[in-house]
Amino acid sequence: MIPRRVNPEEIDVKALGLRAGLEIHQQLDTRHKLFCSCPTSLASEDEEKDEFIRQLRPTRSELGEVDIAALFEWRKGRLYHYHAPRRVSCLVEADEEPPHEINREAVTIGLAMAKAFGSTIVDEIYVMRKIVIDGSNTTGFQRTAIVALGGSITTPSGKKIGIQSIAVEEDAARKLGEKGRFIHYNLDRLGIPLIEISTAPDIETPEEAYETALTIGQMLRLTGKVKRGIGTIRQDLNVSIRGGVKTEIKGVQRLDLLPKIVLYEAIRQYRLLQIRDELRSRGVREEDIKSQGIVDVTDIFKDTKSKIIARALKRGGKVLAVKLPGFHGLLGVEVQPGRRFGTELADYARFWGGVGGLFHSDELPGYGITEEELNKVYERLAAEKGRDAIVLVADAEKNARKALEAVLERAAYALKGIPKETRAANDDGTTKFMRPQPGAARMYPETDIPPLEVDEDLLREAERLKPPTPQEKLRELEQRYRLGDELAKQLLRDPHLPLFEQLANRYGDKVSPKYIASILVNTLRSLAREGVPVENLSEEHIEAVVAALARGEISKDAVPDVLSYLAKNPGAGVNDAVKTLGLTRVSLEEVEAMVAEAVEALRDEIKARGMRALSKVMGRVMPKLRGRVDGKLVAELARKKIEEVLRENS
Amino acid sequence: MAELPGYSGVARAVLERAGARVGDRIRIETSDGRVFEGILMPRYAIKQRPIIVIKLDNGYNIGVRVDSDARVTVVKTRETILREAAAGAPAPVPLLEEQPPPGPKPRVVVVGTGGTIASKIEYETGAVKPALTAKDLVEAVPEISFIADIEADILMNILSENMRPEYWERIVEGVARHIERGAEGVVVAHGTDTMAYTAAALSFALPGLPVPVALVGAQRSSDRPSSDAAFNLTAAVLTAAKAPFAEVVVVMHGETGDTYALAHRGTKVRKMHTSRRDAFQSINARPIAKIYPFEKRIEVIGKPLRGRGEQELRVENGFERKVALLKYYPGMESEIIDFLVERGYRGIVLEGTGLGHVGEWLIDSIKNAVEKGVVVVMTSQTLFGRVNMNVYNTGRRLLAAGVVPAEDMLPETAYVKLSWVLAHTRDPEEAKKLFRTNLAGEINDRITLDLYPRWPH
Repeated sequence: MIPRRVNPEEIDVKALGLRAGLEIHQQLDTRHKLFCSCPTSLASEDEEKDEFIRQLRPTRSELGEVDIAALFEWRKGRLYHYHAPRRVSCLVEADEEPPHEINREAVTIGLAMAKAFGSTIVDEIYVMRKIVIDGSNTTGFQRTAIVALGGSITTPSGKKIGIQSIAVEEDAARKLGEKGRFIHYNLDRLGIPLIEISTAPDIETPEEAYETALTIGQMLRLTGKVKRGIGTIRQDLNVSIRGGVKTEIKGVQRLDLLPKIVLYEAIRQYRLLQIRDELRSRGVREEDIKSQGIVDVTDIFKDTKSKIIARALKRGGKVLAVKLPGFHGLLGVEVQPGRRFGTELADYARFWGGVGGLFHSDELPGYGITEEELNKVYERLAAEKGRDAIVLVADAEKNARKALEAVLERAAYALKGIPKETRAANDDGTTKFMRPQPGAARMYPETDIPPLEVDEDLLREAERLKPPTPQEKLRELEQRYRLGDELAKQLLRDPHLPLFEQLANRYGDKVSPKYIASILVNTLRSLAREGVPVENLSEEHIEAVVAALARGEISKDAVPDVLSYLAKNPGAGVNDAVKTLGLTRVSLEEVEAMVAEAVEALRDEIKARGMRALSKVMGRVMPKLRGRVDGKLVAELARKKIEEVLRENS
Repeated sequence: MAELPGYSGVARAVLERAGARVGDRIRIETSDGRVFEGILMPRYAIKQRPIIVIKLDNGYNIGVRVDSDARVTVVKTRETILREAAAGAPAPVPLLEEQPPPGPKPRVVVVGTGGTIASKIEYETGAVKPALTAKDLVEAVPEISFIADIEADILMNILSENMRPEYWERIVEGVARHIERGAEGVVVAHGTDTMAYTAAALSFALPGLPVPVALVGAQRSSDRPSSDAAFNLTAAVLTAAKAPFAEVVVVMHGETGDTYALAHRGTKVRKMHTSRRDAFQSINARPIAKIYPFEKRIEVIGKPLRGRGEQELRVENGFERKVALLKYYPGMESEIIDFLVERGYRGIVLEGTGLGHVGEWLIDSIKNAVEKGVVVVMTSQTLFGRVNMNVYNTGRRLLAAGVVPAEDMLPETAYVKLSWVLAHTRDPEEAKKLFRTNLAGEINDRITLDLYPRWPH
């Protein structure tokens, strides 16, 4: 028997034969969207906008194939409510005008990455329609084009990871929420260019997944042409283990979660294979499961204490039950930490039956269902306790029946192994069933857009944008800006790298690049830890502070205070900060006078303790001068004065 | 040629040498050593380039530049690929699980003229083919079988911009035939570019009509999930089957969203936008009805010409070809009018400025045309409002020259009407009289303040 709980720490993924590939989607910072002339920024809530409601119909391939998830949405009468901000969307996003020609700037960035990976660039770029009918594209498809194939990267630990393809595609609309039959989307994000980089399944450990994503992310940022911030980069994963299947996991936004998701998926497949072997060893056969009838057991629950069931019955629903022969104990087996095989079945019931969930015998009695009720169901189904499992669904009869049909189907598949699924990542690193994997026939040519021949102009422009490898960049940071190894590494991972280079080139002669780097990687981070809303700081804010430093208008000591003030008052300028914080610069004479006064007052002590009295002098002067003048300068003046006093003595 | 559509020059030679046909799986080795493999696709690009288009296994198409040293080999023939694909394909899933309720439903004939109101995708090439039978149609839009018993009749398959008066005549015949045989409503699927002209043509050629005739089209082709085709078709079938009125209408989206369609009178409707779903609008008139296809509800909001079943079918088919529609512009020279007269044109519809004017230097030529028996009518480029040629001197001189003011008629409607009138009388005076008569609701005597849209400001 398989232990119920799974301990991730005991899993050796290499032994399981883990293989994973990544698909990285990064928003590009182009002037215009991919197929129209709208700007590529998001809209605020109070901007002027238009709204409209649409449906999307599943389309059919010549072979009669229909995307099943799309079909379900349509049959449910799903309606999409679009919010179209006028500043950042036009008729193209509203699907009321054909797309314009593909944005050459975006293509160029794609080609630049291709060059950096050593990929083979295609000679003519064809825009395709990838059918996506969840309403996130007003057209019902995502426009996407492959610009290059092949190539590779090397991770920091020296592993070579193959690149399969580089595509340029449009981002989807931004989901605002769901209300009944309506899903609300904002069109601001729709059409922002994305680059999609797909790696080969060369990743063999969870850590390699992280390093691969990190390296590709760094290279993308090094083009200086990608957007930064939350939601601008997304990772999809393909994971399999030996004997398992390639499972797609969508929409991982946090890089640090990648290793965990990879590990947990490997565990899930491993556990599902264990369940398969256990079922086989118990002698369970697929046809035994498939031949199970779905039985109406509503009468058993007519006086139930289960609130969920009572509520369903009150609305005219039924309680249907099914026996899973030989499954006793297996529905309670964890496939991922906190997710049981029963949870997997429930996902299917929800997707295919549209029900809220199910009850299974490994968690019963419970949820208000009594031992007595359970026994009656066992009896009605001719099920054997300790051998068979039972599953109950309480809902409208049609939905409940479909849900249990899906449960039977999924349970029967457990004898085969692992179904091909597209899964969605949860915040805790587990994943849940999203939909069956779509077939290959969901890609059609976008006949509204002429192909783009890759010419010398495009290639030349791409060469100019081609990013260095992270290793090359590290060397450059260390040599050109004389940054220490640690600081350079930190900066390389930091989204502010392009800003650093800009500021170091502009102000490097007055403010040391090392100091600029430490503002970006250290000061901002420690302010954030103190709860300062640093996300309000724009590049312009930071540049203004460095510029004021270069002009000698503020001192280094004042930098954290000024940044913190600007973060809290994003509308204000450095001057306002200086005034409000009382940081007006003092003249050298004034400082000298203040130091002289302090030394005079402490004369006796100086005479007694010599240079050790410096801290006392400083302690007297600095409260009045902090942030207004560089502390080093004050110390220098004080030291001189003290020396004078000591010389008098001798 | 059929095996390698779109290929010429080097690319074609390389493919021919390999015996490759569109749909075959091929392998390309370029002379610089790159290797690609995928299914050979037709090349749709207009520009002739030495580029071969293949579909990769991930579904993407790419173009590969070749020279005469490139090597192409056929890896698998298209027959094998199709056979394998068909064997692996799951059984087709119907769009709707429910069957239409039994019992009699109104008989509606969907007449096809072209465009892709309902279509199938060709697996191999991604090309769009029209749905040819009632079965195809109902498979694509099963909702319509809940409203009516559908029959399909593909009369022709031409692009909207290639529509001609002889096709109007064939459509009139087809529609009339189905009504004679007991259709309780007819839907005419039509490309949108010239749909309003055809709607006007049907309006004049079917002066007696017992059932509704609904023209319908799509602004987004039906091969895409966001197509307006199914919505519009459902609305049109609903109109044909259930509308209480019996006239020729255009049924298209009422707004950008999928909420309701509008039924516009065939003589007052115009395509007012190149691409929007709600491109069709009634000009100088209110639409006749709002159609809610999801709720299967028709709300009459205008004044129908006649009710369903009030009249017998009467057909007056035929359109004169020698009629021109001429838009006036400041540089227009009189020789254009002289040319038309010389060439034997019998009617000229002028699209004049403002209240119905043209440069005074054209008046002599116009006068000459009228004297030669050409019927000259005046509409306005402003589209909104009525021509009135009594207000300014030029207008009065044009009237004196014999120009017939077309009231608030759309220039396109006036052109169709004059074509129809001149096919039914040889006498210019009688033609003028007929032209000035309100035959199919094309003239609105009372234009109220609300019949003018507001533009954003």
